[in-house]
Amino acid sequence: MLLSDASSSHGLFRRLHLDPPLLAGLLLLAGVGLVILFSAANQDEAQLWRQATRLGVSFGVMLLFAQIAPDTLMRWAHWVFAAGLLMLIAVLVFGDTGKGAQRWLRLGGFRFQPSELMKLAVPMMVAWYLAEKPLPPRLSHLFIAALIALVPTLLIAKQPDLGTSLLIASSGIFVLLFAGLQWRIIGIASVLAVPAAWLLWTFGMHDYQRRRVLTFLNPENDPLGSGYHIIQSKITIGSGGTYGKGWLNGTQSHLEFLPERHTDFIFAVFSEEFGFVGILLLLSLYLFIVLRGLYIAAQAQDSFSRLLAGALTMTFLIYVFVNIGMVSGLLPVVGVPLPLISFGGSSMVTLMAAFGILMSIHTHRKLLKD
Amino acid sequence: MLYRSTQLKNPTRERHLFQTRSIIALLFSLLLMAILISRMFYLQRMQHEHYSTLSTNNRVSVQPIGPTRGLIYDRNGLVLAQNLPTYSLELVQERVEDMDQTLEEIGKLIQVSEDDLTRFRRELKRRRRFEAVPLRFRLDDREVALIAVNSHRLPGVDINSHLTRHYPMGDLTVHTLGYVGRINEKELKSLDPSNYAATTYVGKLGIERNYEALLHGEVGYQQVETNARGRVLRVLERTPPTPGQNLYLNIDTNLQRVAQQAFGKERGAMVAIEPQTGAVLSLVSVPSYDPNLFVNGIPLKTYQALRDNRDQPLFNRALRGQYPPGSTTKPFVGLAGLELNQISTLDSIACKGWYSLKNDDHRYRDWKKTGHGTIGLTRAIVESCDVFFYDLSLKLGIDRISSYMAPFGFGQKTGIDTGGEATGLLPSREWKRRVRKEPWFPGETLITGIGQGFNLATPLQLSSATATLALRGKHMRPLVVRDIETPGSQQRLPVPPTLIGQVPIVDEGNWWRIERAMTKVVHDEHGTARRISHNLPYKIAGKTGTSQVFSIAQDAEYDAEEITKRLRDHALFIAFAPVKEPRIAIALIVENGGSGGAVAAPIARKVMDRHLLGDNTTTGNQ
Repeated sequence: MLLSDASSSHGLFRRLHLDPPLLAGLLLLAGVGLVILFSAANQDEAQLWRQATRLGVSFGVMLLFAQIAPDTLMRWAHWVFAAGLLMLIAVLVFGDTGKGAQRWLRLGGFRFQPSELMKLAVPMMVAWYLAEKPLPPRLSHLFIAALIALVPTLLIAKQPDLGTSLLIASSGIFVLLFAGLQWRIIGIASVLAVPAAWLLWTFGMHDYQRRRVLTFLNPENDPLGSGYHIIQSKITIGSGGTYGKGWLNGTQSHLEFLPERHTDFIFAVFSEEFGFVGILLLLSLYLFIVLRGLYIAAQAQDSFSRLLAGALTMTFLIYVFVNIGMVSGLLPVVGVPLPLISFGGSSMVTLMAAFGILMSIHTHRKLLKD
Repeated sequence: MLYRSTQLKNPTRERHLFQTRSIIALLFSLLLMAILISRMFYLQRMQHEHYSTLSTNNRVSVQPIGPTRGLIYDRNGLVLAQNLPTYSLELVQERVEDMDQTLEEIGKLIQVSEDDLTRFRRELKRRRRFEAVPLRFRLDDREVALIAVNSHRLPGVDINSHLTRHYPMGDLTVHTLGYVGRINEKELKSLDPSNYAATTYVGKLGIERNYEALLHGEVGYQQVETNARGRVLRVLERTPPTPGQNLYLNIDTNLQRVAQQAFGKERGAMVAIEPQTGAVLSLVSVPSYDPNLFVNGIPLKTYQALRDNRDQPLFNRALRGQYPPGSTTKPFVGLAGLELNQISTLDSIACKGWYSLKNDDHRYRDWKKTGHGTIGLTRAIVESCDVFFYDLSLKLGIDRISSYMAPFGFGQKTGIDTGGEATGLLPSREWKRRVRKEPWFPGETLITGIGQGFNLATPLQLSSATATLALRGKHMRPLVVRDIETPGSQQRLPVPPTLIGQVPIVDEGNWWRIERAMTKVVHDEHGTARRISHNLPYKIAGKTGTSQVFSIAQDAEYDAEEITKRLRDHALFIAFAPVKEPRIAIALIVENGGSGGAVAAPIARKVMDRHLLGDNTTTGNQ
């Protein structure tokens, strides 16, 4: 019954290694994204076309990744990871600076963010490492797995790119959790998190990062400086009310009170124009994609596929949660885009590659027995 | 320990473990979504009103719109005060690339003074974002064109038009109208801040000041949507301002011009009143000045020149000049004598050229050294005999003189609606005890009777008293404003004439007797103002006067001729006409004019001719 989607009506999707429900969800989300971007970008069609082009490329990348069998990914995992790690080091040594952070590497004519590659490489590597081991993992295996995730996380945090490093760390942690990390260890880690956070605050953070955290804790302290983003964002969301001000009618965003309105803070524009009802629908769409991802993970036939699918899905959820959390003032502003809706390129390509992997995992199952 | 034992991979167990974790992940996902949804519920449903208000405050700001100031017309509908569009050069700093260079460029094109630059830089610091700051006012057409042609090189430089108060009659009307000027810090405190939120000018003097509440109008408001940078994007709602009321004055500009010209180069003042209504037909104080200088702030040098001018053009002689009324008092004292039954027109005394009190060898002189001989009241008025009035004053006594003259308005403000008048002085025993702390001396009664001594009256008071005399004791409040018109309504609300007092009448015949004596001043061959009776088609009742100049500034730089001129007596004349049915009452003074009959009376004749006979010499009378 669960495999009935392999029937003739889905033959084409099957041959293309696409998962129709997931694809439908993603396309719908991309559509919503374009609609709200049109408003957030002040009805600038040029921006709309650029974003549509990016979406096209991203869906192409997804299709490409869907063709790669999970076995192949597993074989490549450590090479990809090693290459990614080298590039991260290269970025720190001679990377391009953009917006005050070294994140870019120039390859030929392209600027490339190795941290994006690591978003896929880290869960792949951890999943590859643990898949060979008996699960739940032993302490020594856990330690190595954690190290695999921690090294790139620290390198990216050093760039500095707090948002991406947190996402990469969480993708590694999710692999461990899906691998059956003992509750005991989870408990101990939670207790240890407090002194770790203190160490991070004291030694591991840039001034601007500390400021962001402080601002998050009390935005009204500095209403015209760094608190301005959060205050205006909350006003934008709150003034939307139940049904919103209507498409293209958001005053906060169109009158430029809301900063970063077509990139990281686009969710506020959506909230202002479509209200609470619109948010319920949007979050349902995200939840549907997450549930489909978890279903794919549960249906996967080997450990590597299961762990990878689970971790990628949950990372996607973290994306959504962190972005909406920061826009609505629940979390500090860490610069995480809203998946498939925020204007911007590289993170979307990575994200769609991840969905390509999910589809590949689901469509490359061997249909031997029930 | 449980896990330690399973060294080999157990696919079924691992699959089971993974499924458990997947369910936990699912629950975790639902939890995160629930957190987000509750956060949104909190922001959008529970706190919606709060954030909605903040959002509205963010984008909507209220801007005041200044009302258009009411216009002022004369009695013939001629505009005396209007609002003209003038051009000013303004800069918006956000749009100017290089402020210093731009200012330099502008300086090459049009004249920008050091004062302008100082004020501009001061205002630049206080302005709001995207607010235009004026650099120069009142650009002429050539300057506007120069800036316009070069506008492509001057981003952020705009020419804006504003309404500026303008007085087309210039110095002809300033002593009644007054003028408006930019609101200063002191006025800012007393003005209603909301109603004046968008107002630049306020009445400083005269009608402009006294009728400020009517002329100003009510401020309007518009709600505008602004973006985060404070730029106005559109108007959401507009409450238009209510323009100020238009005023129609009693002043006849043509009469005013005739009167002012009649003074020639003399200094002085004249007030002409319509007795029945108290309407002020003309109010002259010469020399005068141009009120337009004051509207946008007068340059300091120009102001100093006006202020230090020996002829005091800024001084409103008609309202504030206090002069001894001299012999123009005599008709009033004479009337007091008749009404209070101290004399009759049949009584006479012998005038030998001087008068003295018993037990006092001080001689109170008559202007005619040889004396008037045997003389009665009528001739005493016609020929202005002083000795007769010394004697009459003594009979009346100071108490009766001052109490009889008070209802004519001497020694008190007339209540003219320009404001700013002086009180004058009607001396009395009580006044002297209170102010001078001295008893009243009989000699002071004598000189009070001929309008000298402590007596002081403004030309306005004299004019008002003359009108009262002409009207048989009815004292009307002098009014400059005739009608008030709500703009656009075409409906004029007249300002009703106000009776402010009535001189008690014992015998109307006495009034007629004084009137007849005053008529003889002009029409009798011995009358002091007989020279104006030539070719006079109507009857004038008048009285000449001179008042002694008792003090003058000792300025060494005056040449001798100038000094003698300035030491001459002031020439006065009061009159009303036509005698049977008075339509105009006049009081005027020519400073250092010498003779009332020779210098002052002819001016009155010209004004009366213009008013009663109309325009015979020039065309264009309305």
